Amino acid sequence: MHTKTLAELARGLRDRAFSSEELTRHYLERIKRHDGQLNSFITLCEDSALARAREADIQLASGKPGPLAGIPFAHKDIFCTDGVRTSCGSRMLDNFIAPYNATVTERLQQAGAVMLGKTNMDEFAMGSSNETSYYGPVNNPWNPDTVPGGSSGGSAAAVAARLAPASTGTDTGGSIRQPAALCGITGLKPTYGRVSRYGMIAFASSLDQAGPMAASAEDAALMLQAMAGFDPRDSTCVDRPVEDYSAGLNNDIRGLRIGLPKEYFGEGLDPAVAKVVEAAIAELKQLGAEPVEISLPNAGLAVPTYYVVAPAECSSNLSRFDGVRFGYRCDNPRDLEDLYKRSRGEGFGPEVKRRIMIGTYALSAGYYDAYYLKAQQARHLIADDFKAAFEKVDVIAGPTAPNTAFRLGEKVDDPVTMYLSDVFTIAVNLAGLPGMSVPAGFVEELPVGLQLIGNYFEEDRLLNVAHRYQQVTDWHTRIPKGFE
Amino acid sequence: MQWEAVIGLEIHAQLATKSKIFSGASTAYGAAPNTQACAVDLGLPGVLPVLNEEAVRMAASFGLATHATVAPRSVFARKNYFYPDLPKGYQISQYELPIVHTGYLDIELEDGETRRIGITRAHLEEDAGKSLHEGFHGVTGIDLNRAGTPLLEIVSEPDLRSAKEAVAYMKKLHSLVRYLEICDGNMQEGSFRCDANVSIRRRGEHRFGTRAEIKNINSFRFVERAINFEIERQIEVLESGGAVVQETRLYDAGKDETRSMRTKEEANDYRYFPDPDLLPVELDAAFIEAVRKTLPELPDAKKSRFMEQYGLSAYDAGVLTASREMADYYEAVVEASKVEGKLAANWVMGELSAALNRDGIEVEDSPIDARAFAGLLQRIGDNTISGKIAKTVFEAMWAGEGDADAVIEAKGLKQITDTGAIEQMIREVIEANPQQVEQYRSGKDKLFGFFVGQVMKASKGKANPAEVNKLLKQLLDE
Repeated sequence: MHTKTLAELARGLRDRAFSSEELTRHYLERIKRHDGQLNSFITLCEDSALARAREADIQLASGKPGPLAGIPFAHKDIFCTDGVRTSCGSRMLDNFIAPYNATVTERLQQAGAVMLGKTNMDEFAMGSSNETSYYGPVNNPWNPDTVPGGSSGGSAAAVAARLAPASTGTDTGGSIRQPAALCGITGLKPTYGRVSRYGMIAFASSLDQAGPMAASAEDAALMLQAMAGFDPRDSTCVDRPVEDYSAGLNNDIRGLRIGLPKEYFGEGLDPAVAKVVEAAIAELKQLGAEPVEISLPNAGLAVPTYYVVAPAECSSNLSRFDGVRFGYRCDNPRDLEDLYKRSRGEGFGPEVKRRIMIGTYALSAGYYDAYYLKAQQARHLIADDFKAAFEKVDVIAGPTAPNTAFRLGEKVDDPVTMYLSDVFTIAVNLAGLPGMSVPAGFVEELPVGLQLIGNYFEEDRLLNVAHRYQQVTDWHTRIPKGFE
Repeated sequence: MQWEAVIGLEIHAQLATKSKIFSGASTAYGAAPNTQACAVDLGLPGVLPVLNEEAVRMAASFGLATHATVAPRSVFARKNYFYPDLPKGYQISQYELPIVHTGYLDIELEDGETRRIGITRAHLEEDAGKSLHEGFHGVTGIDLNRAGTPLLEIVSEPDLRSAKEAVAYMKKLHSLVRYLEICDGNMQEGSFRCDANVSIRRRGEHRFGTRAEIKNINSFRFVERAINFEIERQIEVLESGGAVVQETRLYDAGKDETRSMRTKEEANDYRYFPDPDLLPVELDAAFIEAVRKTLPELPDAKKSRFMEQYGLSAYDAGVLTASREMADYYEAVVEASKVEGKLAANWVMGELSAALNRDGIEVEDSPIDARAFAGLLQRIGDNTISGKIAKTVFEAMWAGEGDADAVIEAKGLKQITDTGAIEQMIREVIEANPQQVEQYRSGKDKLFGFFVGQVMKASKGKANPAEVNKLLKQLLDE
């Protein structure tokens, strides 16, 4: 059953070829059998999953099932789940049982999806390798000595190993797309404002966006359909109708202009990865798309801009973790200051502290103009580059990550090199655009992702291009050894 | 040495919205701790603020009422600092772009002079919770019911020159926000509180001296006292050769003094930046015009109208329009009774206000409503009772003994205007006092008052005084 796509599983459930309970048991068993090697789940929700599955079976029998009725999924542990621990990969929230559901959680529930458990992630979504998690690193199913990428590393590994047909992720600077690329799955970061952030623990509020991670574009479309839409509880969520993401998957892409930013194919890109990406573009050309060389002249500003904006916002967003109302509290605090210092000192890991300090510094009196304001200006330049590009092309394509999965521990002591893993994904968040990673081949048995970037609210077009590509390639159907 | 004080006030007015500024939780005062704090107010992981439109409308109405600019675009910012009753570790406020700026308020001083006090800005922000230090045996309790309550922080220009001016400004503002119905003005519950920035300089000097900020003063009386204490303290410091330190001070009402809380060096770096969870507030002309249409008649306009329409002095009109409730009461009384505006003013400001003050009752809760009060004034106006008797009737009405006519009837207080009856009483008085009659008739005119008194006494105060005078004169001169 686990080799089927989500779309096929949905059909199977509807046709009563198997029940949701059987399907859910199957995945729960796979998780129990395989996740010891991967560590992709932080919390497994066996009982509640089976209960939900049985409810879905009743729904399916009644003839009025939700669009994802009975489909199991893995939920990134950044989304609040009522009554279930929501750790955000941190010791700080190891004891935090959320008393409410995130909007995304609620929507998936309403669609009938069955949550298998909560997936591992970099602490507070800060990391590109899943190594900053309090719950330990996740191993890439393609090679257990390598990282799955991050921060949605658990979600990516779980789908790649077919421990779940699909998962949720969040992407602040590449946290859906980069792990999707490194694990050989399909991941989509929607336009900022397309999916509600309510109940999604904030890292950098102006950049965070939730999206689907799945085996194929077709599956991602089904997941996104359930996740997207206006939510009055999130002021930055955009009130506009949601497109039918499945309807246009097979649209012809002849004449589609695909922009290839020269800045994404230059220095820093592994030549072997470049080759795979170029081959993928050639494939799109075969389908009738027209590659156009373009330039994003301010692409070089993306990483430095991001590492001012994101830490600045995170330094404020993470202030609520103070040991007073919820989460980790140090033992026997002497006084208020001691309570703050030790609760935060012991509750947060080193990468989170590093970013809080960078952000605090960037917002400090006397530095605000030079860092935060400057970064906001750079952000506008980056967005303007894309705006100009989309006057000439329909979609932008390039590599998702500069390399394939790197070895565990390889970059953990070198934050700047680690930050460069997101060199091609970050600009998309700064501009608020939708971006996607699609499996495009392998280098030394490790997956490579093709990144597709669309104009605002053109998720449907990205999914269309990705789906057409997946109709003529089979990279997305490959399953790592030992997980077949 | 002549010193001049320079004072600016920052007033926090709690907006009278039903729900909080960024959540749906109730703002009602006095609930059990933490029963009116939802996930958003608690700052739980993942929650997001959503702006209460009513708070925006209220801020805009304040801006229009103070001749200020209601900004077409204002921005919420985060003010970052750690405190146990500040759940998110930051307060959502407005910093560089407030919703209201550049307005003014005219105040009247005791000598009748009017002064225009600039309003620098008024911005929206959320209140914090409360730390409770009593009854928790060595630990601090936190009540987050107040967290997220909308505040309008109103910042004046440093245009005030004395504690009295500061109080006059604060009272005027207090009256205004209640007129606008955007704040209940309850100072005991902290709905209207004040920080005062105080500095002094030599008279004639243009530069400002170093200022001290006195935090959280919650009554008019304390504002006056705290500022006066602070002015004296600063004069003493400067005259003894010292320098005023820029600091935050706390007013201790018990000791009637201010004392240092923290100096500038200890002050927080709040690291303000635009809140990425909230969009800029954009108000178009149509919205602002719609708010303008809802504005009630404001105190200054009402005062002018009262002077003109009811023939009142500036003082009377000022007192009667100080609160909207009082003004409404007065107008209702005049309209219903059709008596002279001045007569109604005297009674409302006299007997009624005295009784309200004595019993600590607000005019809107007066046991004598405007219609009943008008009934009393009508009986004065149509000579059914004299002013003196009316006071007795008023007291009976206050005590709940019925309306004016019922009291007059029950107590037999109706004025005697029947000349036959009055003449009878006068003849009896003349008969009983032959000696005084003789003295009067031989030229001792002063005794006339004695006869009036005797007749009134005989009538138990009910005889019409004018009639008594007329008839008495006739009969004594016979």
